[in-house]
Amino acid sequence: MTETLALEARALTRVLPGPVPVTLVENATFAVRRGEMVAVTGPSGSGKSSLLYLLGLLDAPSAGQIWIEGSDVGGLSSDAQARLRLGRLGFVFQFHFLLEEFDVLANVMLPMRKLGRHRPAEMRARAEAILADFGLADQMRKYPGQLSGGQRQRVAVARALANDPAIVLADEPTGNLDSQNAHAMFDIFTRLAHEQNRALVVVTHEHDLAALADRRLQMSDGRVATT
Amino acid sequence: MPLELDIALSHLLRRRRQTAISVLGVALGVGFFIGIASMMQGFQRYFIEKVIDVQPHIIVKDEFRAPALQPALLAYGEGAVEVFGLKPRDEVRGIRGGRAILASLREMPGLRVAPTHTAQALLRYGVKDVSVTVNGIEPALERRVTNLEKALIRGALDDLYTAGNGVILGIGVAQKAGVTVGDTLSVISPQGVVLKMKVVGIFSSGIVSMDNFEAYVLLKKAQILHNQPNVINRIRIRLDDIEQAETFARRLESRFGYRTESWQEASRNVLGIFVIQNGIMYSTVGAILIVACFGIFNVISTVVFEKARDIAILKSMGFAEADIRRVFIIEGLIAGLVGSVFGWLLGYAIVEFLASLRFPIEGFVRGEGFFLYRTSWHYAIGAAVATASAVFAAWLPARRAARLNPVDIVRGL
Repeated sequence: MTETLALEARALTRVLPGPVPVTLVENATFAVRRGEMVAVTGPSGSGKSSLLYLLGLLDAPSAGQIWIEGSDVGGLSSDAQARLRLGRLGFVFQFHFLLEEFDVLANVMLPMRKLGRHRPAEMRARAEAILADFGLADQMRKYPGQLSGGQRQRVAVARALANDPAIVLADEPTGNLDSQNAHAMFDIFTRLAHEQNRALVVVTHEHDLAALADRRLQMSDGRVATT
Repeated sequence: MPLELDIALSHLLRRRRQTAISVLGVALGVGFFIGIASMMQGFQRYFIEKVIDVQPHIIVKDEFRAPALQPALLAYGEGAVEVFGLKPRDEVRGIRGGRAILASLREMPGLRVAPTHTAQALLRYGVKDVSVTVNGIEPALERRVTNLEKALIRGALDDLYTAGNGVILGIGVAQKAGVTVGDTLSVISPQGVVLKMKVVGIFSSGIVSMDNFEAYVLLKKAQILHNQPNVINRIRIRLDDIEQAETFARRLESRFGYRTESWQEASRNVLGIFVIQNGIMYSTVGAILIVACFGIFNVISTVVFEKARDIAILKSMGFAEADIRRVFIIEGLIAGLVGSVFGWLLGYAIVEFLASLRFPIEGFVRGEGFFLYRTSWHYAIGAAVATASAVFAAWLPARRAARLNPVDIVRGL
């Protein structure tokens, strides 16, 4: 196999320092290929989200390495990590985190404008295409406050895809959604992995969503067990 | 529009009222700076312009700054010598070798000189006694060292020659004595000489200390009046470059020994007040700007607090710390710049309002209303200081925003 792994964790450990050190993630080792959806499950407090923040370079590991698309990112400066987040990673959180002052289209275009790889007209066309794909073609000029919860979360996913990332990280993406919207979200995630060939890591405690994943990482007390 | 500017504007527009208040604070600071600076500098420049116009730039006086050293002190300078019971000798007044000094000064380039005899005297007209400083001048030389001629509102400088015993009075002197051109009054010197003199001119220099206390006669008449024939006790000098006055005065003093005063030294009391005035102006404007900065600090801190989630998502999206900082510093910059523009309008309005006021003033100078100095420098300095302060006020919350850890915020929800 010469295929480069999209995402790889090697003996990843995160300890919160303090009088009584708290181990959030302990010795996690696994890999995610493109086109693969991995679900991280486990009881609350088991370190699922902490693992995701480490993978997304939002938090720094106490020990171990993270390899993204074949290179170790541990030694990168915070600016270089930010650059990597911008171009290669997409985040979806439980809460949508849309900027309320910007309309839907502008929210999706934000990461593109930051990256500045395309001309404004191209960015716009691309954002419109992604939104149309998610059934939001007629919502593009609305502001986040005018949308339903499910629509907002779909806009958040569209924004995560803005710069065509290889890796999408989702932290309880359906946590605030009713079951109908949650299922629509599941469909979107499987398409992202299988049709668009992205690597997906989804933290969830929804069994339906976890069942759709190609693989499951079961976490408890910071340790990862593959099932 | 650049992305960071876009986000900054969205924040400011969301907190419209708070933003407007901090912008107003900056505007007040800039506006009042322009108004006050124009008023203060206008007055100061007018005064200095008048002083260097109608007064000589340097005066050599027949005085010494320090008494001559006693022989005992000369001999035992290092010893513990103290001399008691000293009485100053009654020196013959006047500059010794004045003619020679005048001659050597005339050799120097960049200056013009005139000999003068200056002393106190009393003007008596009817029942009025007015004490004045009588300056004995040579009109032909005087017009080369001062612009007294320009300040004359009645008569001419040359009338001193044509009238038998002519005198030119300051307008304040004339008013106090109740005389006008053509009247004859008695001039009485401390030496007891009384001369009948005819008023041939009245000047109004605008400088109150001159207009209220000075009179001009021919040099010869002054010498007769004070019983000091052929004596000159002042050498008046006008320079081409007024900035050289102080250093040149020091050089003359060390060369000739006589106390030599530049116009800065002669007007030291007033110039000292200017320094205090400027201090008050800068502290007042500084206080306004500090208040404005608190406003800016406040609005941006509020935004940072309120927008913590936005900051978290922007960071997770790939904004670096510097990008986040830039967003909030731009907000301060906008408040500073917009405030400065409104401040310019306010400052312009204040200056024009002050200019429209008409009232008589008599302080160091006489005038009708405020003396205003209009310069684009005031606008530039006001805006530059205000904008720099606004950016500084924004910098602290901006730094805090840049350091926010997105994980803390995402977890907190």
